[in-house]
Amino acid sequence: MTSENIISFKNVTKKYGSQTILDDLSFEIKKNKITTILGFSGAGKSTLLKHILGLSSPTKGQINCLGQDITQLDDFSLKEFRRNFGMVFQYAALFDSLTAIENVDFPLNEFTTLSIEERFEQASNLLISVGITEKSFNKYPSELSGGMRKRVGLARALALRPTIMLYDEPTTGLDPITTKMVNRLIIDTANSNKEKGLTSIIISHNVESSLKISDFIAFLDNGKIIENLPASEFKNSKIPIIQEFLN
Amino acid sequence: MKLTFKTINFSVLSVEKLGNFILENVSSLGSIFLFANKFLFWSMKKPYRLKLFTDQLVFIGNKSVFIVCLAGSFSGMVMAYQTYFGFKLISVDSLVGPVAAISLAKELAPVLTGLIVAGRAGAAMAAQIGTMKVTEQIDALEVMGIDSFQYLVIPRIWASMFALPMLSAIFLLIGSIGAWVVGTQSLMIDEAIFYSKLSNFMYVADIYQGLIKAFFFGLIISIIGTYFGFKAEKGAEGVGKGTNQAVVWGMISVLVSDYFLTSFLVRVL
Repeated sequence: MTSENIISFKNVTKKYGSQTILDDLSFEIKKNKITTILGFSGAGKSTLLKHILGLSSPTKGQINCLGQDITQLDDFSLKEFRRNFGMVFQYAALFDSLTAIENVDFPLNEFTTLSIEERFEQASNLLISVGITEKSFNKYPSELSGGMRKRVGLARALALRPTIMLYDEPTTGLDPITTKMVNRLIIDTANSNKEKGLTSIIISHNVESSLKISDFIAFLDNGKIIENLPASEFKNSKIPIIQEFLN
Repeated sequence: MKLTFKTINFSVLSVEKLGNFILENVSSLGSIFLFANKFLFWSMKKPYRLKLFTDQLVFIGNKSVFIVCLAGSFSGMVMAYQTYFGFKLISVDSLVGPVAAISLAKELAPVLTGLIVAGRAGAAMAAQIGTMKVTEQIDALEVMGIDSFQYLVIPRIWASMFALPMLSAIFLLIGSIGAWVVGTQSLMIDEAIFYSKLSNFMYVADIYQGLIKAFFFGLIISIIGTYFGFKAEKGAEGVGKGTNQAVVWGMISVLVSDYFLTSFLVRVL
């Protein structure tokens, strides 16, 4: 692993029974950059994400992340390891029994020794930083719009100052204006945390958004990364299936 | 009956269906035992999450008190009536008090409380956890480095094991009051006889038996409720199916385990 890479997959294979989901996959993700993993539905993107988080282990191969071979970590070390990540889910996955501010406070309450006042101050600042106004702090997820839920999900993911941010299909099912807003939010989050070394990984099949916000784009097809290029060069890929996907 | 290809085919399909049904349920039973095993392991691990435990205790216990009182009072009254008219035929109607109270203590209170809690709290556990599963809230917990089993299952099981004996005791108390009201006020059994027979024939071990049963019913109902919640998949339909299974299996398990617990407890108490 070079010093520039934060995650590297080496010959990773994942099989479920006779079905091969990841097929001898090797690639690297650069530190401090926004990398999008593009691919058709069923290409193995979610499985790849689970491997990065250590929620699924490969049938064979090695995954180095933040200087550790995560395939060698036990369950308890993996739980510790996952605290380096912040994740924004496709449908935000906010805890529906908690208000917006309680959702952001949740990881702070679990993993910090801050007083309740300090925690709520930090949670409020995070919510404001992602564009949630004070009047929505005490609303439940069911009372928030899709875009607002994504913002609260992002604030929650940022609460523990992660080293790696993961976005699972961040713009799927959103209208064009909200899509634009979410894209802006991803870029702003990456830029404002650049000095802290934040790396962003996006799982998506939205070409337009990916080309706009990514530094690098990797294309996953049939369990293999068939292309991994800077976003500016990705459009010129010579691989027919990528051209077909782009068009 | 003449054997045709159609009837043979039908028979083969029926056997196949029966086989699949048996395999599916045996495998579910195995998974439930593994789930219970996990409970023992995670119960000893920190953090202990007292707040979640008390929240669940309030939900399973406090919020079931009214319905348990209602069921208890009517069960006690009905027991008094039924035993009175039966016993009167052989002139032992003075034994209505102890018979109603012993039946309530050993069987009716723990079993009916178990069935009520399986229908109310067991279903709620499956629905809550199932919804969290299909909306990725459980994944969100795991990504934060929180063990979802320890966070969601352990407090519910402990709360259920604490709440059931208490609810069963309330059922017994209210049921006994119901039996006393009907026995002494409606059926005109002498109050002094009612009390003396009760103190002659009822022992503390009878109450213990019911409380021990309730404790195990609490364990069984909560394991089944949380297990089917975790097993839920495929959106709202999956959550509905999980909730339904939690209630059905919870109730059946209470009745089946009641037999085994009774056959054990009558020997040791």
